[in-house]
Amino acid sequence: MNNIWIVTSREYSSRVKKKSFILMTLLAPLLIAAFYGAIIWMSINDNVGSSTKNIVVVDPVNVFTGKLKNPDKINFILKPTFNIKELVQDESIDGFIEIPQRYKLADEFQLKYQSMKSLSVSDNDKIKDAFGSILREEKLKSLGITQAAIDSLRVNVSISEFKIDDEGNSKSSNLGINTALGMGLAVMIYFFIFLYGVQVMRGVIEEKTNRIIELIVSTVKPFQLMMGKVIGIAAVGLTQLGIWMILTSILMTIISVVFGLNVADAPQVSEMASNPALKNMDNNVAQALTSFYNLPLLKIFGTFVFYFIGGYLLYGALFAAIGSAVDSETDTQQFMMPITLPLVFSFVISFSVVVNDPNGVLATWLSIIPFSSPIVMMVRTPFEPELWQVITSMLVLLATIIGIIWLAGKIYRTGILMYGKKPTYKELAKWLFYKN
Amino acid sequence: MSILQIQNVSKFYANHTALNNVSFDVPKGKIFGLLGPNGAGKTSLIRIINQITAPDEGQVLFNGEVLNNEHIKNIGYLPEERGLYKKMNVFDQLIYFARLRGLNKHEAKITIDMWLEKFEASTWKKKKIEELSKGMQQKIQFIVTVLHKPDFIILDEPFTGFDPKNTQLIKDEIVNLKNNGATIMLSTHRMESVEAICDEVVLINKAKLVTQGTVGSVRNSLKDNSFEIQYQGSLNLENITGLQIKDKTEKEGIHQVTFKYAGDPKLGLQQFSNQDIEIKSYREVLPSMQEVFLTLTESHE
Repeated sequence: MNNIWIVTSREYSSRVKKKSFILMTLLAPLLIAAFYGAIIWMSINDNVGSSTKNIVVVDPVNVFTGKLKNPDKINFILKPTFNIKELVQDESIDGFIEIPQRYKLADEFQLKYQSMKSLSVSDNDKIKDAFGSILREEKLKSLGITQAAIDSLRVNVSISEFKIDDEGNSKSSNLGINTALGMGLAVMIYFFIFLYGVQVMRGVIEEKTNRIIELIVSTVKPFQLMMGKVIGIAAVGLTQLGIWMILTSILMTIISVVFGLNVADAPQVSEMASNPALKNMDNNVAQALTSFYNLPLLKIFGTFVFYFIGGYLLYGALFAAIGSAVDSETDTQQFMMPITLPLVFSFVISFSVVVNDPNGVLATWLSIIPFSSPIVMMVRTPFEPELWQVITSMLVLLATIIGIIWLAGKIYRTGILMYGKKPTYKELAKWLFYKN
Repeated sequence: MSILQIQNVSKFYANHTALNNVSFDVPKGKIFGLLGPNGAGKTSLIRIINQITAPDEGQVLFNGEVLNNEHIKNIGYLPEERGLYKKMNVFDQLIYFARLRGLNKHEAKITIDMWLEKFEASTWKKKKIEELSKGMQQKIQFIVTVLHKPDFIILDEPFTGFDPKNTQLIKDEIVNLKNNGATIMLSTHRMESVEAICDEVVLINKAKLVTQGTVGSVRNSLKDNSFEIQYQGSLNLENITGLQIKDKTEKEGIHQVTFKYAGDPKLGLQQFSNQDIEIKSYREVLPSMQEVFLTLTESHE
């Protein structure tokens, strides 16, 4: 036990002192914050960089003249006639639309847009909307229906979810928040397992190629060495995660405050307040926040830590076994496949099936199978799966961790002293039964 | 008194036998040579003593007890394949291994300083291993082996990578360790070192024990009645009967003849004394460890 501790502290301190670790730990939150800031900045300064387009419209049937409204960044120039040569000569004109001569309101309406450059998706939509709204009004008029009547028909349906607990108390819950939280945490587990699992593998290979292993295993049992390494690297990961969480939240707060002030200064604010749709949005945000705080955050965090560490231990031990079986990192691919496959699979399934049906049959099973449970159960957790499922999943994971560490230890023990030929799966299986 | 007793040890791998019923004792306080060609089973045996692997048959006793975890603290090991953490500095590295062998930090610091000073390496303390020359790395590796003051030290090819000056330094250090009561198991292919410092040897070939004993007794066991005489004056060697000349040289008037003499060595000497020459020296020639090694490993081919 003491030896595991000595190995753990070496693995930890040698990694934490590395320049690359310090750099990554400090830089990553800055990058995240910069990304976050850029998104806010772009959403405030919408349409940065695009200039207004001048589009000539020739309307011989006179349906649109006087009614066509210019959408944002598009300027319609109505002309009685237009020669296509002008488009080529006049650089201020971006495109040309000609309304068909024999157009009738009842017909399918097709616009012909001629330009030297192709139309962007958003401009395409804007032009369609501009013409479409006029056509709609015209059609309504011909049917004798007023706009007011149409407005009164519009019905807005939204669902406010409330979660009822055993005592019948209800609290609001929000699909978006649940999904985002679950997926965010699952993504963290996924990357943690990969990044740090590979570090375990590299560490093992390093000791093997350095030939230091012979000296170490004469003092420490291979199992102690493996566990020390796995635990030490986990501690490095947790340290990094902790620092990231603290730094990121500090930086995000700073950015929000900085941009928050800018938003208050901007003239749009008064418009926003008068716009009922935006008021509605404010309301949504408030509701989302309440739902967020209504979530059993402590429970979710606890579950996260459990699956974060559990998933890592499970895969970390496997990565250690792979590292021990090969002589160099280039030889690892063959053995990496069966390990990365379930990870990637559970990641993909989580983001497609589980999110859409978090308490469905597939989600339930995958959250109990230990090789996918750390990711899948994390996605499910904010949707509050049944307790027995969580407990089963945790127990199965724990049991599997113990089993896998035992198996990995056996492969590791033999592998670290084997040099030369890359072993086959058959040989790996044999190693499991070697006495010592 | 034996510090280590190897009793009927066998070790089998999938398609070969590494050790086949090997038994011998290592006396306390001696330098003990473990000899044998590559692939003879030395490394397997060393790994068993270090408890890296366990024997399939037989057992090993350390100070009379069956080898167990507690003994690790009393064993120092310099593997043939040297290895240290390249990115770790000298001091941290030494502390790490000292702690793994049961020393606390304080004890470790004192011993480390003592050894670094002895090897004129105090200034390297904060240097990373990868910044050191090969010879310097070897010295650090040697310190790792001995800094927990083990009773039993296994040195596998300790002289590789050292220049003659440092080889002598290490040799002196090995003898020093012995004089301070440690037992050293020396595995090497340098037979001249074996002759120089080993008290006893065992020779293993093809997984089996071939011979064991003191260096003198092993050499004696293979003696082939060879003698060497140095004399001044002229002599017709044909006058001496029963002589089988192996080698003949002359330098500054001194003749040196090496020969085999089948009969009583005393009679041989008498024949020479009867001649009109001045005998400078007359001695029996024992086979060198090099010759012993070659003879014994070849005859078992």
